[in-house]
Amino acid sequence: MPVESVPLRERFTQGLDAPICLTWELTYACNLACVHCLSSSGRRDPRELSAAEARGVVDELAAMKVFYVNIGGGEPMLRPDFFDLLTYAVDHQVGVKFSTNGTRLTPDRARRLAALDYVDVQVSLDGALASTNDAVRGEGSFAAARTAMDNLAAAGFGQFKISVVVTRENVTQLDRFADIAQGYGAQLRLTRLRPSGRGVDSWEALHPTADQQRMLYHWLLERPDVLTGDSFFHLSALGQPLDGLNLCGAGRVVCLIDPVGDVYACPFVIDREFLAGNVRDQGGFAGVWRQSELFASLREPQSAGACASCGSYDACQGGCMAAKFFTGLPLDGPDPECVFGHGEDALAARDRPPGAALLGHSKVDRAGIPIPVPTPVRFRTSATA
Amino acid sequence: MRGLLSLTDIVPAVDDRPFDPHLAWRVHPRVALRDESFGALAYHYGTRRLLFLKSHALVELVSSLHLFESAAAAMEALVPEPERGTYSRALARLAESEVIHAG
Repeated sequence: MPVESVPLRERFTQGLDAPICLTWELTYACNLACVHCLSSSGRRDPRELSAAEARGVVDELAAMKVFYVNIGGGEPMLRPDFFDLLTYAVDHQVGVKFSTNGTRLTPDRARRLAALDYVDVQVSLDGALASTNDAVRGEGSFAAARTAMDNLAAAGFGQFKISVVVTRENVTQLDRFADIAQGYGAQLRLTRLRPSGRGVDSWEALHPTADQQRMLYHWLLERPDVLTGDSFFHLSALGQPLDGLNLCGAGRVVCLIDPVGDVYACPFVIDREFLAGNVRDQGGFAGVWRQSELFASLREPQSAGACASCGSYDACQGGCMAAKFFTGLPLDGPDPECVFGHGEDALAARDRPPGAALLGHSKVDRAGIPIPVPTPVRFRTSATA
Repeated sequence: MRGLLSLTDIVPAVDDRPFDPHLAWRVHPRVALRDESFGALAYHYGTRRLLFLKSHALVELVSSLHLFESAAAAMEALVPEPERGTYSRALARLAESEVIHAG
């Protein structure tokens, strides 16, 4: 009886016939303007997929047996056909986990969600205190998120998720986040801050320090029930690997479909360099997933480059491609947050400046000038204190 | 990544009754399998858990369970004797996470 000899991780890096799961951002419209928004969201794009086209994407995912999608945005609940699409997806055995800022999660909508099977809700919260959260997500966003959680709890939704992007400021509040989650019977989910989208501008001031990363690693090791979306695999170089697949799944087992149908290698690399195709292309999403040259190249063995001589390369795989790309580091070298400090050295020595934040879909005034998002000035002050 | 299964999350036991190989077992109605080159993905729509079945033999065993009067009978027919312990442990883990259920 043949028992698997090739390690699963190797199989995954060579890609699968269909993604394990994928992120689907339904709209670039958002009523918040978070400083670290991966997709620089704000304004709806007139080219966004129509309701019929979105249902077509669900049909394809169902045919490919993609069991669930992570829906985001923008704020997905701003899409007028949000509930129709949600129902259509779950009716076709495509489960939905969606992320929301909670501003539109009224008691009535919470009850509608509670009545749907196969739907998970992640409410974003980037501070256990209103002041910490609102400095990143905007005034009043903490109260709105807590109200949304109250509404879910009152509707008997069950176990929702509280999703936290770990920053230099909130990494000291991990136990408080765990308490908030416990109070709701919710699951805590922590993910890594990426220098993508508007994060290009805020990453330097907001990403956790080296000491904080080590603390986070040990905190996570002790709490295997905290979800991470496998996003901290660069920390596995510190020793015992964190739970999860510990690999970069971009274009191999995950990808992103953006609101206009563009397919990118992962949710953190909305850039032409990582654009594989569009679901409106002939062949649809399956064609992009199976035939894109970009994805084919990502499924080839990758060079360890400057990391080749490091004994921990097997553990961290050189870290996150997006984090390197947007901080101006070579893709075959250390992650900017390499736990051995090689990333900091590389940042100091880089010959290419970090990418400028693209305006993307950020809101603009009538003259076309970007409306400033809250600048995390106080983080710069506290970081040097 | 050792063993026949791996799990994306820590999967707490949903069903903590001991696995009884003398009962009839079948794939849980809310579980879907997707064939892959390494074996299969199993997704449980109820618990939202994803598991990787890391051998084709295990996939065949799991998908054939309903044809036999017991899991033990299925293993007798499909699994060489020296490997039955390993496969029985894998089935026990799948039972705990409700990928398969008795009856």
